[in-house]
Amino acid sequence: MCLAIPGKIVEISCDNTDSALVDVVGVRRRIDLGLLQDDKPIAGDWVLIHVGFAMSKISEQDAFEQMNTLRALGEIDGAMQEVEGYGLDNMN
Amino acid sequence: MAHGAGGKASRKLVEGLFAPLLFGSSPGPLGDAAHIDINGTRVALTTDSFVVKPLTFPGGSIGELAVNGTVNDLAVSGARAEALLVTYVLEAGLPTPVLEGEVRAMARAARDAGVRVAGGDTKVVEHGKADQMYVTTTGIGHLIPGVTVDPRSVRVGDKILLSGPIGDHGITILLARGELDLEADLQSDTRSVLPLVETLIRAAGPGIRWMRDPTRGGAATSLNELARDCGLGMVLFEDQIPVRDTVRGACELLGLDPLHIANEGQFLAVVSPEYADAAINALSLAPGGGEAQVIGEVREQPAGTVLVTTRYGGSRIVDMLVGDPLPRIC
Amino acid sequence: MRFVDEFREPELISRAAEEIRRLAGTERHYRLMEVCGGHTHAIYRFGLKDILPENIELIHGPGCPVCVLPMGRIDDGLSIAQQPDVIFAAFGDMMRVPGTQGSPLEHKARGMDVRIVYSPSDALKLARLNRDRQVMFFAIGFETTAPSTALTLMRAKAEGIDNFSVFCNHVTIIPAIRAILDSPDMRLDAFIGPGHVSTVIGCRPYEWIAKDQHKPIVVSGFEPLDMLQSIVMLLRQLKAGEAKVENQYKRVVPWEGNRAALRAMAEVFQLRPYFEWRGLGFISQSALRLNDKYAAWDAEQRFFVPGIRVTDPKAAQCGEVLKGVLKPHQCKLFGRECTPEHPIGALMVSSEGSCAAYHNYEHRKAAMATSLTSIA
Repeated sequence: MCLAIPGKIVEISCDNTDSALVDVVGVRRRIDLGLLQDDKPIAGDWVLIHVGFAMSKISEQDAFEQMNTLRALGEIDGAMQEVEGYGLDNMN
Repeated sequence: MAHGAGGKASRKLVEGLFAPLLFGSSPGPLGDAAHIDINGTRVALTTDSFVVKPLTFPGGSIGELAVNGTVNDLAVSGARAEALLVTYVLEAGLPTPVLEGEVRAMARAARDAGVRVAGGDTKVVEHGKADQMYVTTTGIGHLIPGVTVDPRSVRVGDKILLSGPIGDHGITILLARGELDLEADLQSDTRSVLPLVETLIRAAGPGIRWMRDPTRGGAATSLNELARDCGLGMVLFEDQIPVRDTVRGACELLGLDPLHIANEGQFLAVVSPEYADAAINALSLAPGGGEAQVIGEVREQPAGTVLVTTRYGGSRIVDMLVGDPLPRIC
Repeated sequence: MRFVDEFREPELISRAAEEIRRLAGTERHYRLMEVCGGHTHAIYRFGLKDILPENIELIHGPGCPVCVLPMGRIDDGLSIAQQPDVIFAAFGDMMRVPGTQGSPLEHKARGMDVRIVYSPSDALKLARLNRDRQVMFFAIGFETTAPSTALTLMRAKAEGIDNFSVFCNHVTIIPAIRAILDSPDMRLDAFIGPGHVSTVIGCRPYEWIAKDQHKPIVVSGFEPLDMLQSIVMLLRQLKAGEAKVENQYKRVVPWEGNRAALRAMAEVFQLRPYFEWRGLGFISQSALRLNDKYAAWDAEQRFFVPGIRVTDPKAAQCGEVLKGVLKPHQCKLFGRECTPEHPIGALMVSSEGSCAAYHNYEHRKAAMATSLTSIA
């Protein structure tokens, strides 16, 4: 359900590795990493945040692949034209 | 009473209770200021109460809000504030440095806004009865020639202008309350919009139909009131509505809509199409007006409603605020 | 990458919409259910219905944890909070949901200590800061939210914070989907699967929908491009006569789910034998309660709970709207006695409830269309 937003981990707390500071478009929030015990994120990783907890790591690779699939929609006869790095290089 | 946040509940209180009993047979829709005739001279009058927690926040304090809020109400009614009267209701036990700080802030804001504080009153109430302090300001000013503000003059095809980014003030207050674990580089946008309004009047006076400062309840509430008063539709283009990234981020994190968030240093204007270009050019060149945008236009349908459209053809109706803007998790 | 704006690119949205139109054709009428309230909200917020062709009908499912909560449970929670030293803490979503004596916000106006929290951890923090008070967290949500409540309880136990308790209304999504499919008046072609619940439970739990019920299900993200891509994937399956589980939201949803989250839930919760869902009746094994290890933090054990069942007014057709059998405006009370300002049923209070969404977005557009035709 439910409102969950992507945020980038800015720093992991030294005295509590379950606590991290995330950045969501310039807004910083302290969140709980307790549900990602099995696959701990590090600073720079993107996570999905719901009610103050990180639920999942966001895979940039999968996101890129998805964008490529979307760009390929509408290609004639399924022929995949080579996708230039359309705007992706310009995005932070 | 859920009437604090502006929007539907407040409006019901004013229209349902106060207006019939106090305003009698006054014709016309309720505006930001009253224009009355005193022996042939037209003056503008307005009053507003300021209740804010915390008292000080990034970008200002209750002192600035009290001055700018009233100056702005007069400005968007087409009047220049000349003098203010200020009433303080103080909670017993309020530390003197806090009070002094607010009075200084008010004096500074009045100087910056070019308005004089002509007098006032103070009352002290029991501890626990006033959230530290409540401030009421009453402003009087003279009408600026060359402009008439009247929602009934709005026509299909008119453009809707916004002076700058929305949401700064409301989100700043929310974060300043410290209940949320959120930090952002954000401050209240409190300022006098009189200089920008005067710029607009100089550039587009005859084309101005309506203006308002979207405080409590946000731009959505102000535009809904206009839509209701003129019976036309306000169609906004989502991509053209200026919102700072941090405000957008905070709204996303909390599940709030920037259109419902209070502003203290912006104004909306509806301008006829012939004057719209001149209006927006003049505003964007003026100090503090660099982020002014045309955010929409007036259409016949959907009548009495505010509609927000997206670039890819989707649209949604934005209502007046119902109660306080509540954050959501779902 | 910001993972949001990219999925709202207008050019790509047009292309996806084109592809949907091409696949949908004109002959067949497609009925797709989006299970999750967050998807309902997204559909309206982004105006997706305006982009989809007429022969694709989106049916709103029961995945709104506020909407399916019976009024009696709200009354129970509020009755605990009547006690003088109790602080009632809940998410913003709950604040305007009416009980028989009013909503939490209305109770607050009458003097009850009601606080909005943005995380179960906030509620625990309240307990730490107010040792002389009892903090009761009114927990709602599907499996997306339950692990966070669970972890918070584990922390409360570890720290020995005994002035904290949870009134648990967590529900599970699979029984709800089953109830929909078991409903005799249901006719659905496929499902847009809940994206965030799936970050916890993964995609396997949906396999029976494809295998046994032969209906495609695509686990979907919440941005416009996510939902449009999911519809493309569903249409492709339907046209090919396939029925399988697909994961459109790969960047976030792991096929196997989140083991740590599932472990936390198993540590703290157990399934209730049955639970009443507003509009759907009693469903077995569909809701969570605190298990014996955490009984000390269970508000229902610590406090007396009246447990009164409140039946909805007969005229309110929340159940049928929840099941997608009726459209919101077909309920007799819609737009008249039941509006966002005076909600009779929870579907009108929650912003993602079908009725509230419909009222705010569709209703007036429909009225506008009617008035246009009557002028013509």
